[in-house]
Amino acid sequence: MYSEKVMDHFSNPRNVGEIENADGVGEVGNASCGDIMKIFLKVDNGIITDVKFKTFGCGAAIATSSMVTEMALGKTIAEALVLTNAAVAEALDGLPAQKMHCSNLAADALHEAIKDYQERHPNA
Amino acid sequence: MNHIYLDNNATTPVRPEVLTAMLPYFSEQFGNPSSVHWAGRQVSGALEKARAQVATLINASPAEIVFVSCGSEGDNMAILGTLDALGDKGKHIITTAVEHPAVLNTCKYLEKRGYSVTYLPVDQDGMLDLVELEAAITPETVLISIMWANNETGTLFPIAEIGAIAKKHQVRFHCDAVQAVGKVPVDVQAANVDFLVISGHKLGAPKGIGAIYIRRGTKLTPLLHGGHQERNRRAGTHNVPSIVGLGLACELAGQEMAEKSVQIKALRDRLEAGLFAAVPQIKLNGHPTARLPNTLNVSFAWIEGESLLMSLDMKGIAASSGSACTSGSLEPSHVLGAMCVEVTLAHSSTRFSLGANNTEAEIDYVIEILPPIVQRLRDMSPLYNCRDRETCTVGCESLQKL
Repeated sequence: MYSEKVMDHFSNPRNVGEIENADGVGEVGNASCGDIMKIFLKVDNGIITDVKFKTFGCGAAIATSSMVTEMALGKTIAEALVLTNAAVAEALDGLPAQKMHCSNLAADALHEAIKDYQERHPNA
Repeated sequence: MNHIYLDNNATTPVRPEVLTAMLPYFSEQFGNPSSVHWAGRQVSGALEKARAQVATLINASPAEIVFVSCGSEGDNMAILGTLDALGDKGKHIITTAVEHPAVLNTCKYLEKRGYSVTYLPVDQDGMLDLVELEAAITPETVLISIMWANNETGTLFPIAEIGAIAKKHQVRFHCDAVQAVGKVPVDVQAANVDFLVISGHKLGAPKGIGAIYIRRGTKLTPLLHGGHQERNRRAGTHNVPSIVGLGLACELAGQEMAEKSVQIKALRDRLEAGLFAAVPQIKLNGHPTARLPNTLNVSFAWIEGESLLMSLDMKGIAASSGSACTSGSLEPSHVLGAMCVEVTLAHSSTRFSLGANNTEAEIDYVIEILPPIVQRLRDMSPLYNCRDRETCTVGCESLQKL
């Protein structure tokens, strides 16, 4: 049911953890639907220099979280803001149809983290 | 990689001796038992032998056994057929909030058609309150439908006491015994049931065969209309090979249950004790004692069930989960919901259901492999050891009750 890339990111997730004194933190999802994703950012001169995630959720939720951190790392804020959930799913060679809605929120979590960064750094 | 199968409440393999007994009925003895000629006569004896084998296991008469295609058909037949036959006496059904969808969704279908249904609640162990059951009976009540054993948690309901209440109030009693037959003793006389449903593939017979016990003389409108098979109770050409298989599986279950249930329970208890010793912050779902000998349902706080199942699957271990992700809906298990299990714990619930083929070495392997998997997923979870209380209000606060 899952692609090899999903299984790879689920088994060996990239960038798991938290960032102490992160420049931005974003969280999406809720416990009742079984998925919570939290993204931590370090931003330097408008470039994402470190990104980490913590996720409570199914295999797809963990794999998309891992993938979005890989895609965002090294990108500018502007570039990261145009990353979409669909692009994350595509980078994983697709997700099962029933996962597209509930577990494919990783780009939203990234955008929340960027929003938090921008609110905390209005002059950046 | 070794395959370890701990999902016997989902289905079981066909037993080798059952398969052997079935094989001649596909080609050599292919007749239709309703035919009067030699080909039909060759198989009608096998059909009636199987009927007697099923009847013996549950202390019924062979004439009270009707073969059906699956447990869901039997449940639909008992509920829809009773309400149709007795509709002029009343339109009220009593069931429980934790039934299998075959019963729950049949009741919901009837509700849309003007019938009323009481869904009895359960307590935190998944147990019913019989005072509430009796209080729910009204002059309109024509059917009580309550399962023998819960498929998700293994909790056993006090069926004989429920049967006595139904008899006292002259209300028909249907029991979905799909998870019980073959695992624990089932006696339709002692339990005072009017209908009882069995599914073949839960006890080593093939998928696609089941049986319903209908107490002699009980009015029931058929679900399938057509030929005169099964004394006009159920039309359709008999699935002879599978019926033969179900018969033998029931006979073997009767011979072996006492011994095997002790052996399976010992393994289940070993798994339960091993996991509780090795993994902190886990919760048993289901009754601590009134429970099927093969079933263990536990929640691992802070992690989600599907990701745990996937990790176990990668190690060759097959189990199941009550998480929304595995049920195909957005809500976690309705059974755990009815038991007031906190929602993230419900998402993390994992069911291990053992069978006669499991070994001590397999159980020890699971006990060894599971704790690091749980820890890996917990280390990834924002709910675990979370420092920032505000970001996980749902998770932390309610989970602290553990």
